[in-house]
Parts: sequence; structure tokens; C-alpha cells
Amino acid sequence: MKRLLPGRLAQAAALTVLAFVLLAACAPLVAPHDPADTDLFRRLQPPAWMVNGDWSYPLGCDALGRDILSRIIYGAQVSIFIGVVVVLIATVIGVMAGLAAGYLRGWVDRVISGLVDILLGFPYLIFAVGLMAMMGPGVLNMVLALAYKEWVVPCRVVRGETLAARETEYVEAARAIGASGLTIMLGEILPNILSPVIVVATVRIAQVIILEASLSFLGLGVQPPTASWGSMVADGRAFILDAWWVSTFPGLAILLLVLSINVASQAVRDALDPRLHD
Amino acid sequence: MSPSLLLHRLLQLLPVLLGVTVIVFGMMSLTPGDPAETMLANQNATPAQIATLRHDMGLDRSLPVRFASFLTHAVQGDFGQSLFHHRPVAAVIAERLPATVELSAAALLFSLLLAIPLGVIAAVHRGGLLDRLATVGSLFGVSLPGFWFGILLLLVFAVDFRLLPVSGAIDYASQPPTITGFLILDSLLALRLDSLGNALAHLLLPAITLGLPMAAILMRVTRASMLEVLRQDYITFAEAKGLSRARILGLHALKNALLPTITVAAIETGSLLGGNMVVETVFGWPGLGRLVVESIFARNYPLVQAAVLLYALTYVLVNFCADLLYTVLNPRVRM
Repeated sequence: MKRLLPGRLAQAAALTVLAFVLLAACAPLVAPHDPADTDLFRRLQPPAWMVNGDWSYPLGCDALGRDILSRIIYGAQVSIFIGVVVVLIATVIGVMAGLAAGYLRGWVDRVISGLVDILLGFPYLIFAVGLMAMMGPGVLNMVLALAYKEWVVPCRVVRGETLAARETEYVEAARAIGASGLTIMLGEILPNILSPVIVVATVRIAQVIILEASLSFLGLGVQPPTASWGSMVADGRAFILDAWWVSTFPGLAILLLVLSINVASQAVRDALDPRLHD
Repeated sequence: MSPSLLLHRLLQLLPVLLGVTVIVFGMMSLTPGDPAETMLANQNATPAQIATLRHDMGLDRSLPVRFASFLTHAVQGDFGQSLFHHRPVAAVIAERLPATVELSAAALLFSLLLAIPLGVIAAVHRGGLLDRLATVGSLFGVSLPGFWFGILLLLVFAVDFRLLPVSGAIDYASQPPTITGFLILDSLLALRLDSLGNALAHLLLPAITLGLPMAAILMRVTRASMLEVLRQDYITFAEAKGLSRARILGLHALKNALLPTITVAAIETGSLLGGNMVVETVFGWPGLGRLVVESIFARNYPLVQAAVLLYALTYVLVNFCADLLYTVLNPRVRM
């Protein structure tokens, strides 16, 4: 841990990420209220420290009287789930495709690299929005829409690293003793190129969380009544004149989580890959 | 650059353009569900009406035939009728395009004007207070959800201080005569300073919101490449010649340090184009991004399809041009 995360800032960031994960995992235990519990008497109730605030609803309530803190805690489930699952799927596919393209070369490389070039032709959010528009909203569709493009990122990294690794002596040696292509790719090359893959994956989780929030903000992602940070910000937009807290707190949660992931992953990158300094 | 290299690059571009078109076509045609049925889902349509729409959209033909028809029409700029507006899709898009182009250009300008000086300053004073501030700032910049930051800016500058307008691209009373469709250009052409001021006031917050994440990334790229360049021998040589610091930085270092910035700026136009949808929604900006979002909810699929294709083609071409520019500017890759 010490070696991976030097510096107080990086440790604080890692602890923040951990706190979000724990909150999400134990949401039913730690959330003070049911996130879907509406009560119009509490409509747009301000945070506790303001006039008419109430400490049992510390961050206030939204337009339907739902507790904002509880919804933020439950919203963390959606953000973290989608961030991790999309990057996980994308990394598995991207590693396979990148290894195949970089090691086998030839037509396999041409097909995979061609597909990568085409997918890179789409601005990310446009691609996801286009797919979500046709597939309809929902968590599963969002995972698919993001993963369809996300695998390109690890694929390019792995392909590049594999191209370099296949010329090294240890791969040469493995080939000489008659190891099969599959054994060389998974047993020899993969363990040696794992650190850039991990570094890229951690940074990408942060980006996918922002993309998920953007889709949900546009109304194309997670559907009500499920709490998601992006849709909570969207809900509050209609009330910015008289209830700033409805949009502000969920957005703050996104910023805090994404910022912490970015800071922590930068420290991980510095520790794993000294080549990338500066 | 030699004409044969240019031709070679153009030929490489073709499969990508074709592939992008296939994917946009596939988005609508291969995803589960019948577009004709979903489009009429809320309108109590009879099976006969659905069949008619299917026929009008060509959905009753085979996939290759449909793709061929889509491609031949798309090449001519014909994307069919916008179901909602009862006008050609291309005309509806063309009407909304200037606002989006203006916003994106302003965001690009903002991010370059912010990122390049900050990146240079951070690199020159490496490790100093300004460098650390800029680094922290850029971390915030890439972590900010744009839609939320836009709402915060609105809260502060439009609601609390009432300095800037809340939404739209221009007030009705300040509308300049339509010449090009670009508000700022039209204001200048018609010599309407009130319109120009009004349009700029509307443009400020959306452009900052859209440009900030890009500025954060470009700042880091400029800083890193500037550090790289400052280590080179020719900078030491220029210093030894006794050239002034400003002359070395401005003339010798910056010119080469900006090469990576151009490449990354081109790649990041993707986030500008995608960010359009979000930022235009927040600020009620009458551009293409908001039109796409509205069209999705109106199930106006032909328009969504055409817009996604337009965005993707723009992105591919911007990167192509940046690639050419890079080749022209950097003698080392000009082979």
C-alpha cells in the first residue's frame, strides 16, 4: 500500500474511493431513509443547517420530498456498478483483441485495427447516445452501449505493448521450446504488460462514471425511481431558482468520487510505470 | 507534403468513413425492436398504419437493399423526412447547425487561450506554486461533470448575481437580421453592436462549460511537451547565444511544443461534439445537440441517425485535418 500510494493526498483519495464503495455496498444499512420514500410535506425541504432544515434529512429533500442523502448513497451503487462492470468487460475483450492483433498480426490485426479505427471515429458520448436512443434506457443497455466502445481503449494499449513484447528474448525463448501461441500470449506476454492495463482501467472507471452520469442526466440512462446521480442533477435543474441543493449535492458526489479515482490512479500509475513520469 | 502522400492518406480515410456509416446504419437496423412500431407506440396506431410507416421507411426491404439505399441517399445529403417537423431531415439539421458550430468554436477558443499560457507557465516554473495550482486545477477540470458545472455557473452568475442570461442564444429583441445564420457573424455584418453584446453574453457560460474539460487536458499536454522541448539542445544553444527568455520560449520552444497540443485538441473535439448535447440541454441552446436529445424523446429516428452520422464524420475529418497539419508542421514525419 505504501509503495503503491505515496503521499497523503493519494492516500486520502484512495480512502475516499473506499468510503464510496462501502457506502454503496451497505446502502440499506447506512442510508437514513428509503430512497424512494416520497412525502410532499417535505417537498424541497432545505438542508439541515438552513432555516426550516431538519437534521433527520441532512442534505434536504427533492421535489417529491425524498431524502437527498439517501438517494446519493443509493446512487453510488449505480455509478460504481456501471463504472466497474463496463471497464471490466471492456478490459477482458480489449486484452484478448489486443493480444491477438499484436501477436498474430496479419489479417487478424487488420480486422481488429480496422474496427478500432472505425469506433474511434465516433465521439464517445455521441456513440453511446445513438445506441441508447435505439435500444431504450436501462442499466443493462447502458452497460452494453458503453462497453461496445470502451474496449477500444485497452485494446490499443495491449496491441502496442504486445507488438513490442513479441520481439523480446523471453518470447523468443518460449517459441523455441515449442510453446503454443495461446500459451505465449496468455502465459508470457500478458503478465508482463499488465501494469499499463491496470493503470488505464483505473482511469477509465472515472471516465465511464462521468459518461453514465451524462447519459442519465439526458434521461437516456437509469430510469426513475432508481436513484442515479446524473438524473438527480437533472431533476434539480427545474428548481435552481429556489432549491439549489437538489442539483448541487449529487453533482458534488460525482466530482468527489471521480476526482478521488483520478488522484489515486495517478499515484498508482507513478508507482507501476516509472516511464510515465511527468 | 507530396500529392501522392495526400492521396494515400485520403484512400486510408475511405474505409473508416464507410465503416462509420455501416455502424450508424446498424445502430438503427440491428438493434432489437421495430423502429416503426416504437415511433408510433404512443399514438394508438393500427397495424395497417404501422405497416404503412414500415413501407415508407423501407423497413420491409432486405438489409443489404436498405443499406444501399441509405448510403446512396446519404451521399446526396438526403436523410429522409423528419417525422416531427414534416420537413427534410437535412434542412432541420442545417437550421440548427450554426448555433452549435458557434458554441463549439467559442469553447475551443476558450480552452486554447486558457490551456496554452497556463501550460507554458507551469512548465517554466516547474514544481513551483503556479505549476502545482495548474496541476490541481487540471485534475478538477477532467473530473467535473459538465452538466453539473454548467448548472453551478447558472446558479452563481445568472440567478444570484443576475449578470448573465439564463438560457437561449440571444434575446428576441436583439436578434440580428439572418445573413449567415451565425449570430455573432450576422451581428458583425449588420453592424449591430447591441446584438453582438447580447449574443456574447449568452455564449459565455456555455462556452466555458464546454471548453473547461478540454482546457484541463490541453494544459497538461502543453506542459508535458514544453518540458520535453526545454530539455533539447537547441534551447540550450539559444540560451548560450544570449537570446532573451521571452524570445526562446515564444519563438523556439512554443512552436515545437504545440505539435502534441494540436493532435490532442483534435482528438478532444470528440468531447466537444458529445458535450454539445449536454451543455445545450443545460443552457437551452438552440443547436444540434439539443435537437438530437429532443428527437430521441420524440422517437424521430431518421433525424437522430443523420445527426450521429454528421457528428462522426465531422470528428473523423477534424482528426484527418489535424493529422495533415501535424505532418506539414513537423519535418520529422514529412517523408
